Amino acid sequence: MKEYDKIIFELSRPGRKGYQLPADRFGSDAFSKLPADLLREKPAELPEVSELEVVRHYTNLSNKNFGVDTGFYPLGSCTMKYNPKINEEVAAMPEFAGLHPLQDPATAQGALELYWNLQNALASLAGLAEFTLNPYAGAHGELTGLMVMRQYHISRGDTKRTKVIVPDTAHGTNPASAMVAGLEVVEVKSKPNGSIDVEDLKPLLDDSVAGIMMTNPNTLGMFETEILEIAKLVHEAGGLLYYDGANLNPLLGKVRPGDMGFDIMHINLHKTFSTPHGGGGPGSGPVGVASHLTHLLPNPRVVKKEDGTFAVETSDDALGSISTFFGNFGVMMKAYAYILSLGRDGIREVGPMATLNANYIKESLRDLYKLPVEGPCKHEFVFDGLADKSTGVTTLNVAKRLLDFGFHAPTIYFPLLFHESMMIEPTETESRETLDEFIDVMRRVAREAAEDPDTVKAAPLTTPISHPDETGAAKNPILTYKALRDA
Amino acid sequence: MSILKEDLRYAESHEWVKIEGDIATVGITDYAQHALGDIVYVDMPEVGDEVTAGEEFGAVESVKAASDLISPVSGEVVEINEDLEDAPEKINADAYGAWIMKVKVADAGEVDALLDAAAYAKLCENE
Amino acid sequence: MQLLTLSFAKMSNRYIPHTPEDVAHMLGRIGVGSVDDLYSDVPSEVIFKDEYAIPESMSEEELRRWFRDLAKRNRQLTVFAGGGAYDHYSPSVIPQLLLRSEFYTAYTPYQPEISQGTLQYIFEYQSMISELTGLEATNASMYDGATAAAEAAFMMVASARKRNRVLVSETLLPRVKDVIMTYAKFHGIDITMIPERDGVTDLSAVPALLESGDVAGVIVPQPNRYGIIEDFAGLAEMVHAAKALLTMYADPSTLAVLRSPAEWGADIACGDGQSLGMPLQFGGPYLGFMSCSKAQLRKMPGRVVGATKDASGKRCFVLTLQAREQHIRREKATSNICSNQSLMALYATIYMALMGDGGLREVNRLSCDGAHSLCEKLIATGKFTLAFDKPFLKEFTLRTDLDVEKLNKRLAEEGFMGGIPAGPGLVSFAVTEKRTPEEIERFVSLISQE
Repeated sequence: MKEYDKIIFELSRPGRKGYQLPADRFGSDAFSKLPADLLREKPAELPEVSELEVVRHYTNLSNKNFGVDTGFYPLGSCTMKYNPKINEEVAAMPEFAGLHPLQDPATAQGALELYWNLQNALASLAGLAEFTLNPYAGAHGELTGLMVMRQYHISRGDTKRTKVIVPDTAHGTNPASAMVAGLEVVEVKSKPNGSIDVEDLKPLLDDSVAGIMMTNPNTLGMFETEILEIAKLVHEAGGLLYYDGANLNPLLGKVRPGDMGFDIMHINLHKTFSTPHGGGGPGSGPVGVASHLTHLLPNPRVVKKEDGTFAVETSDDALGSISTFFGNFGVMMKAYAYILSLGRDGIREVGPMATLNANYIKESLRDLYKLPVEGPCKHEFVFDGLADKSTGVTTLNVAKRLLDFGFHAPTIYFPLLFHESMMIEPTETESRETLDEFIDVMRRVAREAAEDPDTVKAAPLTTPISHPDETGAAKNPILTYKALRDA
Repeated sequence: MSILKEDLRYAESHEWVKIEGDIATVGITDYAQHALGDIVYVDMPEVGDEVTAGEEFGAVESVKAASDLISPVSGEVVEINEDLEDAPEKINADAYGAWIMKVKVADAGEVDALLDAAAYAKLCENE
Repeated sequence: MQLLTLSFAKMSNRYIPHTPEDVAHMLGRIGVGSVDDLYSDVPSEVIFKDEYAIPESMSEEELRRWFRDLAKRNRQLTVFAGGGAYDHYSPSVIPQLLLRSEFYTAYTPYQPEISQGTLQYIFEYQSMISELTGLEATNASMYDGATAAAEAAFMMVASARKRNRVLVSETLLPRVKDVIMTYAKFHGIDITMIPERDGVTDLSAVPALLESGDVAGVIVPQPNRYGIIEDFAGLAEMVHAAKALLTMYADPSTLAVLRSPAEWGADIACGDGQSLGMPLQFGGPYLGFMSCSKAQLRKMPGRVVGATKDASGKRCFVLTLQAREQHIRREKATSNICSNQSLMALYATIYMALMGDGGLREVNRLSCDGAHSLCEKLIATGKFTLAFDKPFLKEFTLRTDLDVEKLNKRLAEEGFMGGIPAGPGLVSFAVTEKRTPEEIERFVSLISQE
């Protein structure tokens, strides 16, 4: 197939158009009477293209992309599971798509009921009292959850609690969210297996600590076996426990964060609850809290009244508002469709099968890739590059070579604990045959690295582009078509 | 192996300082530029800014890393190396030639606390 | 293993492909006896053994029916309101292209070799939004308009180094102000409101507020919460003379005709992309957009795509300036944003490509003429007066003695969404190009019967 390399602006011809609007129906001259000094001087130079040209252009662009529907996507910490099609169908229903967020709640009972049902389902699955669905993404959930944490201490007059403990292996959003929420980050060290060093934690727990942010399983995919001890220590010191739901998938149907002692958490609906990642978003990051914190959740809140109808409320106790309306409502519809499809029994298989898949890959490759931590992993695990370090083939090379075989690359160079980290997360939706193919290719690449390292280092060899100049892009940023044209 | 210059003083945070009268010229070491890789941007202070020893005065960025610049001396910035605005890669080519800022030092004694070349070489070895 | 074996017997889950033979084979390779053994490191007291409070599994047809029943409890109304969400026309091309699963099932484009589709549409999005705002750089999107405005406040403070105050106009949408206030309260930024006078930002109050010397930036809306197109002549000069920055919170659809943020002298533009034809969808997903001048680029939050070349000299696109972002800067980043609203940026891109400058101008002209028609007719009922004698496009605010909430309930019964309360005795209406003269006639006649 011919390679497509046009930018939409390059298709533009003066006078061509891709829209048809109604003719002038008001016979009004209001628009033409607007004061000239409030109008723009220089027209925006947008493309002028026909409808078919637009359709072909974006269809051709889609062919240069790789999604879960294209092939296996073992991207660690991202939970790239299948995105069911029925979810898209229900989310597009006009009775929801056409709802204005400010219309009278009496006329939006279906939407409010969906919000209410989803928040309750999540509460039951997480072992917490109440969820807000307003946060737009995982990092937004972290920020909202940390605001709950701070507001809790402030509302009790305990204003000196301004520090939050974050493991040194945490995802970058954890410390960044803490900074945005006005909290000071204190790092707690990890043991070589990636779990929190309880002895290092103890001296940090004074009366300036607002709480701790953790994932469980941790960044290496290993369960934090001392979680009950950690929860006890943090609570005794007057702090709260925040659960980063990025790694919730292996616990779904098995372990509830609330039962481990967590007070606050966020869930990534676009990871655990099958909603698509959309090339970077929209996601959704609901935040759940234990019963002593529900009054602090952000405005607006959806409540069920005694007569069984649903209402929208705002409260002065709340931490404030963190979204214009109710968050990414369309994403919530997809997540709830997923929950209803699996049902209360089906959902119990999610975590265990995700864990089974991860362990299967790990045990099938550990002779050729360096496994730094022993023991059963949960939904994901980390290799520290190839076992044979003499070939000069790096994790980056292996990742790029996988693209040639039709697989997405794992997450690479995270966590920072190892120099050649390669983080693999298969999810429960992949079949044994897919995993076997992936294992075969990983073994083949390891063999290639020994026999023909130059091929692996030159990879990818079959993708639309290869080895883009990222240094040049950062040094001399070209961020618009105009800048590119004039460069 | 990274290059060292005997006549410079070094901070543990990998900046070098050259003292001439009451003017301190500051840059990052060859070891630091190696560790960062291709430098794509230098966030420099403005002339007239007050900098403090041990505190941040800017940052250097490569494609996938960023590192704060920590001032080894206190005083007023009297000059910045404007060449780096368009050609930050000069630091990769010659870390000791591509200085970042010149500071009129308030307390020359601060410089005595910095490492000499031998001590800095040892620090790098242990990293 | 008992529980697992049992549930396998009745397992009919099409999203999990494991047969009992697969499970047995995989457990054998791993060298454990059961899937439960993979959880042997989990303290038994935290293993969940009760029932979840969620319904039983539904077949696809049962699920459809469930959602159809739920949908009946929503009333689809003919919308005459805005308040930050507008019922503009959406071309049928867009949802169909968004269902290309190569787009929507992809992750963030961290592997540029197999993500040129995403990277290029973001580049096109950045280019088009920059055309509308007139500012050189645009990021790949924020969550919504309100969070983009809060991040703009952070960005101005980060840029100004030691100054920590942001002036915010009272004429911003109330919900946008609320989010800015929440973010500022926790982050530790001081906010001072610029008072409103006669429906617009009181520019005469600004010089005194700037005198405090700690002002990092100023945020003003265009159009404002009442739909008024404000006149900001002289504001940018005033703000820049005080070494502060200017952010304009704008409606991107209107920017095709209104003086652009860059033409007003703004350093940053942000707002909500919903007006670019996005479905109302009960408040989301929409997108927040943000543009800035070249000088502010390194302080801008969010992902940014740049053009470059690959090893063979082919033009291509990559995520760039990543050293600003949370995954590298961690607690030193200016923002924690990671996931954005990428697919909605594709929505906006296709919309802008289809409409072009001409289509967007047409949308504004039709909306403006419709809004003025409604405005005149409502005043003619004798129940409303013009709240402010100021220019407006698609949204306007009237003064009335009617009980707006009661009126809206009556209108809803007849299938209309009425105006939004905009303060004591004030109500804001919006008209888009979708509203016909007949709908306006009917809407006005219902109101005149009150």
